[in-house]
Order: sequence, then C-alpha cells, then structure tokens
Amino acid sequence: MHELPITQSVLEIVSRHAAAAGAARVTAIHLVVGEFTGFVPDSIQFYFDLLSQDTPAAGATLVIDRRPGSVRCARCGHTYQPTDGQIWMCPVCAALGGEVLAGKELFVESIEVAYTDDRTQGGREDPERQ
Amino acid sequence: MTELKVEEKILSANDRLALENRARLDRAGVHAINLMASPGAGKTSLILRTLAATRGRCTLGVIEGDLASRVDADKVLAAGAPAVQINTGGGCHLDAVMLGRALDELDLEAIDLLLIENVGNLVCPTQFALGEHRRVLVASVPEGHDKPIKYPSSFLDMDAIVLNKIDLAPYVDFDYAAFERAVRAVNPTAPLFPLSCRTGEGVAAWVTWLLEGMQKA
Repeated sequence: MHELPITQSVLEIVSRHAAAAGAARVTAIHLVVGEFTGFVPDSIQFYFDLLSQDTPAAGATLVIDRRPGSVRCARCGHTYQPTDGQIWMCPVCAALGGEVLAGKELFVESIEVAYTDDRTQGGREDPERQ
Repeated sequence: MTELKVEEKILSANDRLALENRARLDRAGVHAINLMASPGAGKTSLILRTLAATRGRCTLGVIEGDLASRVDADKVLAAGAPAVQINTGGGCHLDAVMLGRALDELDLEAIDLLLIENVGNLVCPTQFALGEHRRVLVASVPEGHDKPIKYPSSFLDMDAIVLNKIDLAPYVDFDYAAFERAVRAVNPTAPLFPLSCRTGEGVAAWVTWLLEGMQKA
C-alpha cells in the first residue's frame, strides 16, 4: 500500500541526482529492496510509470535488486535465509532467531543517465539502439 | 549512457524529518512512543488504560492516527488528556511530516509522555520513523499466535510487544507458548506484556516499563 510515497521519494532522489549531474534524462534506475521491507516491486513500477510522466525520468527502466533476508544464528553463528511463513530457526542447531544481516535494505543504488534528450516519441528506449 | 552512483536511502527524507521531530521532543522533555497494531487490536483501549494508570505520575498527550474520523481523539479528550487527531485520508501509515504537523497543535511543554497511535496496519507503519523514542507493537489474542511468523518484520525492531485481550484466551485457540516462541525468533530482547485492557490484568507491568524508560531518557 505504501509503495506510493516510496515511489515519490525514489523520483525525488533520482531527479535531484540527475539534475546535479546535468543529465537530460534518466534511462534506468537501480533500486535495492530487502525482503523484510515488505515493498512490492510490481507496485513500485506501477506508481513509477504514473508519477514519472512529464519528468526527465519518464520511460526509465526500474531495475529492482530484491535482497533476500539473511539471519545469523545467535547460538552457532550459521547464516541462513529464513523460509517465508515459517518460524526463524537455524537449520544447523535449531536455535530460534538471530541477528538480521540482510533484508532491510531500501535504497537507490545508481541511475543511468543520458546527457542529450534523444528520445523518440513514445517513451521507452529501443533496446536495439544501445 | 552514464551510470551515476546514488546510494541514497529511499526514506532518507522521512528519516531526516523524524530526527527533527525527535530533537523537538527532546527539547521539550517529551518521551514519545509509537504504538503500532492491526485495526482492532486495542491501541486506543491501551491508551485509555495507560492514561488512567499514569494519572498523577506523568502527564500524557496523545496523537491519534486514523484514515478518517476523530472518534479516537474524542475518546481520549473525554478521558481528560490533550489529543490531536491526524486523518491520513486513506494513507496506510503516519510519517514524519504528519507527526511534525500534529506536534504543532500540542502544547509540548505541558506533557511529558506522548503516545502516538499509528494507523491500524501491521505492515506499513513499521517502515516510517516518526521521531519516537520507542516503538511498541500491540498484538491481541483473537488475532492468533502465528502473527509473528506471518509478519516477522512487524515484530523485528520493536522495543516492546503488548499482547492485549488475554481475557479472551479461554474462548479462542491461542497458544501463548507458541506466540512467545515466534516473537522470540524475530525479537529476542523486547519485553512482552500480556495484558487485558478490559479487566486491567497485566497493565501495571506495562506502565512500569513505560515510566522507567522515561526516566532513562
């Protein structure tokens, strides 16, 4: 549900970095989204397509790197990925829980930009031209 | 095509504003608690119980976050505490901007404990810092003992977990040991307060935790 404010924030960050670099448009955005954040990549894309219209980021490809959750067992130190919908239990020593090492990420990693606006009508880049 | 490194947290703007709210609360000597729960878990009931139990020991203010209406704020006002209602107009969580606006409407000098009732939702509010000092999740017996397994991230970064409606335990299939085990798997340290806002059982331990945390701050 909260993908809308998240996407607004992504667009703000991307626009600011693109403008600071003097870029004419943004062609791709690389996001890192951890499993424990609860954000749904499809919804981010949906809102992004709506919100980015008439901005230099219109038509940019969203590339979402979804990081799985990773937990280090507090007892034996083994690192494992919890199974969705099951209690967090170390597969080696059966201790519960542990320290979360990954899965809470939520950031814009990088953007790809072009310095001239050579977009043909209709938005997305023709992959043949790259 | 040029690739530019960005490496900026998506919620950095919210996090910044949350820090401003926090500084403002600290200046006024107000300790703030962000209460999160599913709709109907009993956040408002817990606030009303807490209000009654802390009378004479600290001065409470309340911020009520809901999609619509001011039902909850009116209940708190009727119970004698200053309350500000935030309507998110469909938004599924409070954010730092909304909290900042609500703080404008409260006389912070007149209170020393602020309870913020977040929008009833087990997922979204946990991602948005408001500027609170401590985060509390309110679960309830009728929701079932498997909530921490289904919603691990909701229990993950909480400073305390309240289990409300324990008076209903005889009528529903709630396995307390299984609940505690599931909570501990994602959050080994947060104190767990089984209580009933209806009967008052267990409320004293929760209030003690609240007040002790204020003194440390």
